[in-house]
This record gives sequence, structure tokens and C-alpha cells, in this order.
Amino acid sequence: MAVSPKDVRHVAGLARLGIPESAVAGYVEQLNGILGHVDVLQRVDTSAVKGVVDAAEQGMPLREDVVNPVALHIPRERWAPKMVEGFFLVPRLATHEDAGEES
Amino acid sequence: MSGTTWEMVVGLEVHVQLKTRTKAFCACSTTFGDPPNQNTCPVCLALPGALPVLNARAVELAVRAAMALGCTVHPRSVFARKNYFYPDLPKGYQISQADLPIATGGHVVLPDGGAVGITRLHMEEDAGKSIHDRFVGMTAIDLNRSGVPLIEIVGEPEIRSAAQAGAYLRALREILLFAGVSDCSMEEGSLRVDANVSARPLGESEFRNRTEIKNLNSFSNVERALELEFARHVATYEAGGTIHQQTMLFDALKGEVRAARSKEGSHDYRYFPEPDLPPLLLAADWLETQKSAVPELPAARRARFRADFGLGDKEVDALTTEVETADYFDAVSRASGDGKAAANWVLGEVLASLNAAGGRIEQFPITAKRLAALIALVKDGGVSSTAAKTLFHTMRADHGEPKAIAERDGLLQVGDDSALIGWIDEVWAELPDEAARFAAGEKKLVGVLVGAVMKKSKGRADPKKVNQLLAARAT
Amino acid sequence: MSTHLLDQGAAAIASAVSEGRTTAAQIFAEAEARRVATHAGPDSLNAILWPATSAPDAPVSHGPLAGVPVALKDNIATRVLPTSCGSKILAGWVSPYESTVMRKLREAGAVLVGKTNMDEFAMGSSTEHSAYGASRNPLDRSRAPGGSSGGSGATVAAGIAPIALGSETGGSVRQPASFCGIVGVKPTYGRVSRFGLVAFASSLDCVAPFGRTVDDAALALEVISGHDPLDATSVDVPVPSMRVGPGSLEGVVIGVPREYFPASLDPAVRAHCDRALEALKAQGATIREVSLPHTDYAIPVYYIIAPAECSANLARFDGVRYGMRIEGQGVRELYEATRVTGFGAEVTRRILLGTYALSAGYYDAYYRKAMDVRRLIAQDFDDVFASGVHALFTPTAPTPAFSLGAISDPYEMYMSDIFTVTANLAGIPGMSLPIGRVNGLPVGGQLLAPHFAEPTMFRVAYALEEALGQEAHR
Repeated sequence: MAVSPKDVRHVAGLARLGIPESAVAGYVEQLNGILGHVDVLQRVDTSAVKGVVDAAEQGMPLREDVVNPVALHIPRERWAPKMVEGFFLVPRLATHEDAGEES
Repeated sequence: MSGTTWEMVVGLEVHVQLKTRTKAFCACSTTFGDPPNQNTCPVCLALPGALPVLNARAVELAVRAAMALGCTVHPRSVFARKNYFYPDLPKGYQISQADLPIATGGHVVLPDGGAVGITRLHMEEDAGKSIHDRFVGMTAIDLNRSGVPLIEIVGEPEIRSAAQAGAYLRALREILLFAGVSDCSMEEGSLRVDANVSARPLGESEFRNRTEIKNLNSFSNVERALELEFARHVATYEAGGTIHQQTMLFDALKGEVRAARSKEGSHDYRYFPEPDLPPLLLAADWLETQKSAVPELPAARRARFRADFGLGDKEVDALTTEVETADYFDAVSRASGDGKAAANWVLGEVLASLNAAGGRIEQFPITAKRLAALIALVKDGGVSSTAAKTLFHTMRADHGEPKAIAERDGLLQVGDDSALIGWIDEVWAELPDEAARFAAGEKKLVGVLVGAVMKKSKGRADPKKVNQLLAARAT
Repeated sequence: MSTHLLDQGAAAIASAVSEGRTTAAQIFAEAEARRVATHAGPDSLNAILWPATSAPDAPVSHGPLAGVPVALKDNIATRVLPTSCGSKILAGWVSPYESTVMRKLREAGAVLVGKTNMDEFAMGSSTEHSAYGASRNPLDRSRAPGGSSGGSGATVAAGIAPIALGSETGGSVRQPASFCGIVGVKPTYGRVSRFGLVAFASSLDCVAPFGRTVDDAALALEVISGHDPLDATSVDVPVPSMRVGPGSLEGVVIGVPREYFPASLDPAVRAHCDRALEALKAQGATIREVSLPHTDYAIPVYYIIAPAECSANLARFDGVRYGMRIEGQGVRELYEATRVTGFGAEVTRRILLGTYALSAGYYDAYYRKAMDVRRLIAQDFDDVFASGVHALFTPTAPTPAFSLGAISDPYEMYMSDIFTVTANLAGIPGMSLPIGRVNGLPVGGQLLAPHFAEPTMFRVAYALEEALGQEAHR
């Protein structure tokens, strides 16, 4: 399962990392190096634990439906990179579907 | 291929906002319409280091919805991260459920007796709102919605016509409204529909490629969009073309369905179990108590109205178009102990009054308790039915007790013989001809005389007694 | 300097402040003087990135940590100093809310002296991956203090504060504790709230304290432990006393897992471990060789799970709501420019790796498989502890502190966590304490215990610290 330059470009796109083309080869090599060590996992017999639920599993604690948000001690306007009239602004997207949301 | 009969295949995905005070994973208010980003905190802004904690009420309402739809609720379900970048998705992932949703199975019964299966019902959080037309060249992000609790109800691809899709949606909406889990308002975005549609020659068992239509903002637009998209599929096939799996947008103004710019199939959401949230474990005894917390659903309610009050289909339908109307009617009928009278009043004066003046029945000034008092007053003979209508209209602005208002306004029925005889004597003097003929045995004139007495008494005379007293003067 | 109150431990400082023998401001002034002295010139420790240069406004005079200077790793949210996670993408970010651990420290009377250097987003084992330059080891400034919580480790080792908080994902407190000759404790997963700890890999991350001594670390852990309704993974169990003090180890069975003593282990490290085991035996402990057969898979499992979780956890750094923003033609360009500029090479590498491991077609082979093997690793510990072993003893790291710049291969650097990462994968508590020195460089011994058995672990640690005495620093 060797990682190809195409794979690196694909995952960089998914992760919105604009890595320069000149860096792709280096990442291919590094990822293959790391995954080469990871491949030993394929040899481990995991049939005994597959899908088994721990009997002592702790369930999720729930929160009462009461309005009590954690306070923001510094107003949003002070740290947001671009905020106008209370909105966070980003470059124009034509519609919700046009986000380049191909991830 | 022309001459082929084509069959429409539709599966609907419905997102419903749960009626909670706070968001799914933080204690921010879910109030609609507040100033932008006012209802946000470190959690729903995805500030570094913030963590989600699930709202107990959201779980209750999701379970209630699942039970109302006949789903199997799972004692163990797991939240997952659905990863994608969008400016109104602060964490860069949506907390949803994937492999192990809170409920599966279930169905919605349609008015024609048919049923549409439900594949799954899962919990998730909403994204924020992107506003594209407020600032030049910029999109504005409001995260007040970010993290609001939703359920997604995925229906089986068992719908075969646009009309059936509409019927399914209306029936589903009604069940959710009666179950009290959501406001189901498409205007406020608390109910949203995505439609998956494909076409195939009638008799073919395999499904063909489907397209997903988004941006559907009313049930009638769902029906319109399905017809349009189905026609496009059929025309494409008949011209020898192929349909590709993709996302379509419905444009209600232009009345057209067009392809969205993003390509379906290139989505790679990289779901994995949400490590910030342990599995949701629901104890058997807790689930049992939730079962009894499911309010009476529309079908059961209609059957009861028919059986208990002898109401006809038209009356029952009018009383159950909205859960609030049905609740109001139930409250009036319980408090007055007279279902028939309650139905007459609600279907008559109450709905007419609401239609004329607008407003919601929950805010109607004549509460169920006050209407029941009015009904009791009529029943005891305290006011005539004519006076009762006058009284009803006064009660809309006057919050006093019906009896007190009637007394003040002189609407209480007069049954006292001397007062009645006085009025009869006056009528006798004013209409000597009619009086004489009546006394001589012309019985049909009783109407004229009673009417005159009622008019003179300003509607307060007890008509029964007036009749008796007049009868005594006839030979 | 050794007679100064600041060197006598957190408990001594707290009682002196409570009893009015000194003030928090006086203690702070000494800590600040030491920071200034160690943070000057080309050999600066660079341990504290964002110092609190002035004494606390409100005098602190009560609480178990009254007037005790503490330093926090730069990925733990505080309201008064930046929380930049050692990253450019959060340069200058001051959190508008406070972490639960900072609140608990504050309420216990502790005084924040600074935020400490770290590998960017806690990804690294040397602090060399900090966007603000590497920290130096106070015992040998040509060497790394370890990482990723190297700045906190160096701060405590340099005597600036007796207590510091770091965070652990795969050994990021125990390994620097070992390198710096101090004590570092990774609590049971769920023992300490993560609210306000900037996430790297949520299922592994823990806030973890450093102390000069076992007692300092135990006291710090006691203060920061406890259920937090703001963290759904925090466990609602009572907080026991961690400060059990030294005593006999009669009846205590200590397991020695053979997989942690490979033939390749540095002989000097092995020799110190043997000496520590002799000391434990002398205190009455029974030493038993045991096996944790899936140990070799821990690093591969870790390097799938941690990057996978980090790829999602770091998606929020997008330039939209806070932090660095590089404008672009459209949103996509804004995202890509911001993220590629804001993240360093190691973070980028791990996001790519994690995204790959989760992407369509690879999920089962990598992520699901790694999660299953993780279960087997946890099962190994369960089995050993169920067999009557109370705690395990191992070396903390395969080597003493390495030289800055010595390791360039990512995977070789990852192997530095080989003995520590298992505790994170299993969720059990672990700690490192000094057991000797090699050529002047500290060697740490590691104790591991069952879930929520920190008191047992501390019992062994106090006894070992007492038994070794000054030998631990020789």
C-alpha cells in the first residue's frame, strides 16, 4: 500500500494544506517510511477483539438542558481576524454547495 | 426505449431540529433570531481546548421521536466525526452518528393506509449559517445555529411518486409535532429535506443511479422538484444517455433543478468514532419510562375523538390539523365534561375567531378553562345560546369570569315569571292583532310573539318559560 | 540556592505562605529572578515562552499550593498569558476562557509564572518542533530536555518552579522528566479534566504534572484531579490521597516486563534499572518477571491513532474565527495558505498521515486495525495486573537526553516514546522518577499501575525515591 504523489496531493487537499509541489516528493518518502513500520500491524491477529464491547464500558455523562454557556472573557471582536457587525467574514461563496466542499 | 413506463424511486432524508433550550454539546441558547454569533461559546466556536458534552434533553427527544416512528432504539450508540471544511462548520467536523446510530427501523403510515419504512434515525449537530448576500464579495458567518441538536431521519427508497413523497413528509411532520420533539418549521429551518431520486423501467428490480436534490424549502417544492428531476432522468434514458450520481439544487424561483458545482462521489468524510464522547448507553428501565412519555400520536388521537365524542371525519380532521388545537379541544372537553359542546365551540367560534384575528391557539385569550366555564354557564341555563355568543366575544378582550361578565352586561337569562309576564303584557299591547289571533288558536304566531319578547328582553328572557307562559294565554 | 524556600518543595512553600513566614510575591520574585538568569544569552533555556513578569495582584495566602509558583505548558488555556501551542498559527492567542486545571491551581493558591515551550501542538519528543525555537536541557544545554513538554520539564529542573503542568499523548511528560532528572506523572485517562487542554489526540491526551520530587508531583496531581462536567471523558470517581509518603513495600508485587528490556537497551540505563529493582526489593517488594506480548506494536498503533485524531482536531485552525489568517482569492485558498503557513513540518506530516489513514479505502487497514491492536495492548496490562502484579517497573526512555539536532529521521524520534506510549494507549497511570545518571545525564525509571491505582504507584515511587536517596542523582 505505497503512498503515491497523487495520494499526498489528495490528502493535502482533504486537509486543506496548500503544500507546494516541490514538497510532495519529500512527504511521499516520509509517509511511506512511517507506514512501512506500521505495516507490521497487518500480521496481528485481532479476531478476538473485533467488535467486542468492553463490559465495564463507561457510558457518556449527559448535561442538563439549562442555558449556562462558558463565558468568553475577551469579546469576539478582539480576536476574530475579520468580524463585521457581529459576523465572521470569509471570501464570498456563491452558495452553500460552492465551497469547494469536495472533501 | 420509448413506450417504456418509468417508475420514480425516492428516498427522503429529513433533518429535524429538536426542541431544546440549549445546543447539543454546549449550554448556549438555541433561540432563533438573536444577533449574529451572540449565542456562541468556546465549544460551539471550536476554540482551542473546548470539549463537547451532550444535552440530556436532546437524547430524550431523539428517543421519543424514534419511539413515535416505531424505530428500534439501541441501548448503545456511538457518535462519530464527519470531517469536511466549510466556514460555518467551526470544528472542521460535524459530530454525528455513523455505524451505530441511536435508532434503526420504523415506518410512517400514510393516509391511504400504505407505509414507508425508515432506515435509521441518528443524532447530530447543526452547522452555522452562511449569508452570501449581505456584504459585497464576502460571505458572513453566524454561528448561533452551530451545534443546535438535530435528528436525521433516513427513509427507505420506497416512495414511488411525488404525491406520495408529499404525503410521507406531511405524515412525518405531524407525528413529530404531536410527539412534541420539534417545531418542524421549514421557514425557520427546523425541518429540512433532501431528496434522493432515480428512475427505472417499471418491473426492473435494480435501482439505477440516483441524484440528490437539496435546497428544498417547502413540501410542495419537494413534489415539484421530484417531478422535474424524474422527468430529466426519463428524458436522459430515453435519449440513450446516462445519469451520474450527483447533487442537484432546486431553484424555486426559476422552477428548475440544476447540478450543484461540487461533485458527489468525491466526498470523503473520513468518519471515525468521536473520541471526546464515550458511547451513549441507554438503560432498559430508562427506555421503558421514555415509552410512556411519548404523547398520544395523531392516528390514536383521531380514533379517540371519533369514538369518544362521536365526531365525523371532517370534524376530527379540523380538530387535529394542529397539535395545539387538539390539545385545546381536549382541555376544554375535559374541563367542561361535554365533548360535543366543546367540539361545537372549538370548531365554530374559536377557530373562526382565530382565523379572523390571527394568532395561535396557545395564546388565545379564552383559555380552555374559561371556555369550559362558559359551556357550563349555558348548560345550567345561566345564559342563552344567543347571549353566550355575545359573551364569548366580550371574553376575548375581557379577562373576567364569564358569569361575572354576563351579570355586569345583563346577559344572565331571566326566568322570573313576573318579569316575563311584564314583557308579555307589553307585547300584547303593542301587537293586539297578532295577540288576538294567537289567543284564538292560530298557534304558528307563537314564533312572532316569542321573538318580540326576546327582543324586548334584549335576549335575556328564558325562551322556554316564555313559551310556557304564552301557551297559557292561548285557548 | 539549595537552602532557598523555592527549593524545599511545594508543600513547604505553601505552609510558609499560609503561616505568613513569607509571601507569594517574595517567592515569585525569586522564581522570576531564576527565569531571567536562565533565559539570557545564546544558551538560554528557552523553557518559558510567555513569562508572567509581575507578581500576582491579589496576595495568595491559603490553599494547598498557596504562593507556589507553577508553569503551564503552552497548550493549556489560561486567561492571562498566551496559549500558542508552540505554533505560529496561534501566535499571540490569548484564550478568552480558562482551562479547568488552571482554575483548580488558581483556587489552590498557585501562582502562574509562565507558559512553557513545547513541540508544536505537542507533536515531538524534544521541543525542537516548537515554532519558537528548541528548549535546552538545564543539565546539559547542548541537549534536548525531551518533549513535547520539554519547556515545563526544564522549568522545574532549573528550579524556577517546583511544579509545572505538561501534557501527555505518548509520553510527553515522562520522557522529559527522565531527561531532566525530575518526576513526571501521567494520570489515568479521565482522572484529570482535559477542558482547556488544546487537543492533539483526544483519546490519548492527559494533563500531567511535573514535580521536583515525588511529593511535589503527588500534591500537584491531587489538586488538578477530579470529575469535570465540562469533559465527557472525565471519570466521576473520588480523588484519593496521592501523598502516601515513603514506607515499606511488603506485600507489593512489582512486575518487570521483559519486552521493556530489549537486548538493544543502553547498558547504562539497564544497570540503573537493576539497581532500582534491588532497592525496591530491599524495601520488601516482590519482583516478578512478566510479559506484555503486544508491546512492539505500540509505536505503529500510536502513529496511526494519534495522527488520525489530530487530523480532525487541528481542522479548526482555519483562519476563520481566530488565529493566523492568510487571505486568498477564495475560502479554499484562505484555508490552504493559512494552514500551510501556520503549521510546521512535523504537524503537517502528521495531519497528512492521519488524513491518509482515515481516507476512503484505507480506514479498515489502518485506523480500525490500529484500534483493534490497541485493545490487545490494553488487554496485556489487564492480564498482568489481574495476575497479582500491583505495579510495573521499566526504563522510561531507551536513552538519556540526546543532543539537540541529533535525530532527524521522524520514525527514529518516534522510538523515543517506545516505553511510554503503551500507558497512553491503555489509559493507565504511569510516572517517571530519577534513578541515576550516565555521564551526568539523568536516567528515569518508569512505574505503571492499573486504572485509577495512582496511590499504589505513588507508594512505590515514594519508597524508591527514599531508598535511592542521592543515588538517584548520581
